[in-house]
Amino acid sequence: MWRYVLRRLLEMVPTTFGVLMLSFVLFYVVGGSPAATVLGQHASQRAIAAFDAANGYDLPLFCGNWYTVDALRKATDGSGTTELAFALGPGRYDLPGAARLTLREAKTGTVRHEVGRTEVTVPEGWTLTEADGATDVRRHTRHFFDSQFVRYLNGLIHLDLGMSLETKQPVTTVLAQGLLPTLSLSVPILLFGAGIGVVLGLLCAAFQGGLLDKGVLAVSTLLMSVNYVVWILLGQFLLGFKWPIFPIWGYESAYYLALPVLIGVVSALGFDVRFYRAAILDEVYRPYVRTAVSKGVSRGRVLFVHVLRNSLIPIVTYISLSIPYLFTGSLLLESFFGIPGLGCVSINAINSADMSVVRAVVIFGALIYQVVNLLTDIAYGWLDPRVRFAQ
Amino acid sequence: MSAIPDTPAAESAARRAPSAWARLWGDWGTRLCIVAIALYTLTALYGEIVYRYHKGSLWENAPACLTWGPERQAPYNVTHLECRYLPPLSIGVWPAHTLADGTPVPERRHRYWLGSDNLGRDVLQRLIQGARIAFHVGVMTSLIAIPLGVLLGCLGGYFGGKVDSVVVWLCATVSAMPGLLFILAIALIAGKGLFGIYLGIGLTTWVSVCRNIRGEVIKHRDRAYVQAARVLGYSHGRILFRHILPNVMHIVLISFSIRFPASVATEVFISFLGIGVQGEPSWGVMINNARVRLWQGIWWELAFVSLAIFLLVLIFNRLADALRDVFDPALRNR
Repeated sequence: MWRYVLRRLLEMVPTTFGVLMLSFVLFYVVGGSPAATVLGQHASQRAIAAFDAANGYDLPLFCGNWYTVDALRKATDGSGTTELAFALGPGRYDLPGAARLTLREAKTGTVRHEVGRTEVTVPEGWTLTEADGATDVRRHTRHFFDSQFVRYLNGLIHLDLGMSLETKQPVTTVLAQGLLPTLSLSVPILLFGAGIGVVLGLLCAAFQGGLLDKGVLAVSTLLMSVNYVVWILLGQFLLGFKWPIFPIWGYESAYYLALPVLIGVVSALGFDVRFYRAAILDEVYRPYVRTAVSKGVSRGRVLFVHVLRNSLIPIVTYISLSIPYLFTGSLLLESFFGIPGLGCVSINAINSADMSVVRAVVIFGALIYQVVNLLTDIAYGWLDPRVRFAQ
Repeated sequence: MSAIPDTPAAESAARRAPSAWARLWGDWGTRLCIVAIALYTLTALYGEIVYRYHKGSLWENAPACLTWGPERQAPYNVTHLECRYLPPLSIGVWPAHTLADGTPVPERRHRYWLGSDNLGRDVLQRLIQGARIAFHVGVMTSLIAIPLGVLLGCLGGYFGGKVDSVVVWLCATVSAMPGLLFILAIALIAGKGLFGIYLGIGLTTWVSVCRNIRGEVIKHRDRAYVQAARVLGYSHGRILFRHILPNVMHIVLISFSIRFPASVATEVFISFLGIGVQGEPSWGVMINNARVRLWQGIWWELAFVSLAIFLLVLIFNRLADALRDVFDPALRNR
């Protein structure tokens, strides 16, 4: 058993690495610096560079000794060359093409010129104020692996995912606050959905080809085809407004969750019932069922004891695949019913382009998926010796 | 390559059994679906013609031979504030006015078959444009997801070993990302508009195609015809893409019929959130626009858009079921 668990843990490593890599590529390499969104369109070059430096967005992506600082602008004298847009702080710089470097001590105003060399180390308390004609401003990293990727991993390990732009809180706090409302909505949806779905699937399988089976199948195909957005709008309109049975907005008592849970269950029911029915029908024609029937076991007992037990494996797999989504929550349901969960947080973050929150929820969801997968596999190994001793 | 002659028995059996297409067409429900899809496609094509006609050229900055006029405001975007909230079938009167260049426009009566929205725009015309956008999304995302999934699935399934491990790893990685949120993040980073939606949906949904193709290719890998091709010294590429791929093409067809409605539904969702299409009447944009007035009894826009989405998704779901029944009898129950 321990060998199995260990093997599964080792198998988890490449996928987790892939997930971290993929989210890094998406949010850092492709997404780039959020400076323009954060500071607004009219932010000065200096402010953007300062923001990038403060948050590490100008560092090399994976590793390297030098990185480029966006500190050049066209010279104001109209000569067509370049000059520094703002003074550079302490550090080691390389400015290829610069004719003369001017350093200034901030406190005393002492000025030092460096002619004929492009590499310079600005000491503490000094700034690099002029470097006319430079084609590039490159700064030396503190060490070879001082990169965005390493910082990103470091932040993840220390549960530091940055600050939310909207709420000005640490992202981890935002996530932690949203978790409970999300679970209070998604867990009932999962339980009711699975319960009703399995029962309907069993009934369909029991009367396969009959009127009930055909009816449920047709209705579930219809249910599947109604758009999720329409479910929510119609549910709110009919059950909250036309016949005001349920409250529409708020997170005050369990009753406020009734309508969103109902909509969540119904909208997923069509697909679920079809899956459960198929999973159960896969078992119905197995030889052991024929044996049980021919030795005189009652129809109900065969179905509910023998068949259900064996078809539980695909059913449990199917349900376990939806467990990670319990944590990230339902985007629309939460925002439409005013439930302050992670789905609502994500929607708000997406609407206000609050990338640090979006990023955090995506990474959080992906990591939860890994953990749940691992736990499911361990549970399989524990329940089913065939899995444990395979290979 | 000379065909290996079949045995007479196999030949006559092949003649007797109706082809998959004949069986599809023989079922009246499926026939209805195919006709309905054709009608939807024609509607979308009509929408495309209207859109291109008012755009004035085949694409931005097209050469003169593909340009037929300056860009004009399309009729589905023209507002008529005096005709707001007209119920279906009613006739709206567009009053006479003079254009900026002095041309007088006479009074016109316009039949709003499906009513008008909050700015007096024709719901029917907007619905047709929505169909155009839905087809764009369905086709473009499939064009991204299916080739990617087929290529990776074929490579992984055929070569096995390290290649397969990489493919499986890629699938596991992408499928670990939280679905809709990942699509939204990609769309957000790629920029608002249709391109972001294509990328977001296309780059996340190839996984299921890849898994199905890979499983099917593994089944075919050791069959006699593949071994024969190997003995004849054909290259891997030729065996894989000329011999095996045609035999697993039905998976592509089934995947397309599943992916298409799913992509349309996702696009509706994304556009509804305001991240998708800008300035064009996508179905999601229309729903978002209509929901505000629903509670005041303006039901038609929402009802017709919902119906259009529902029917499109329904016929594709029904077609997917039929395709699976015909091409993949092992999956008949699903």
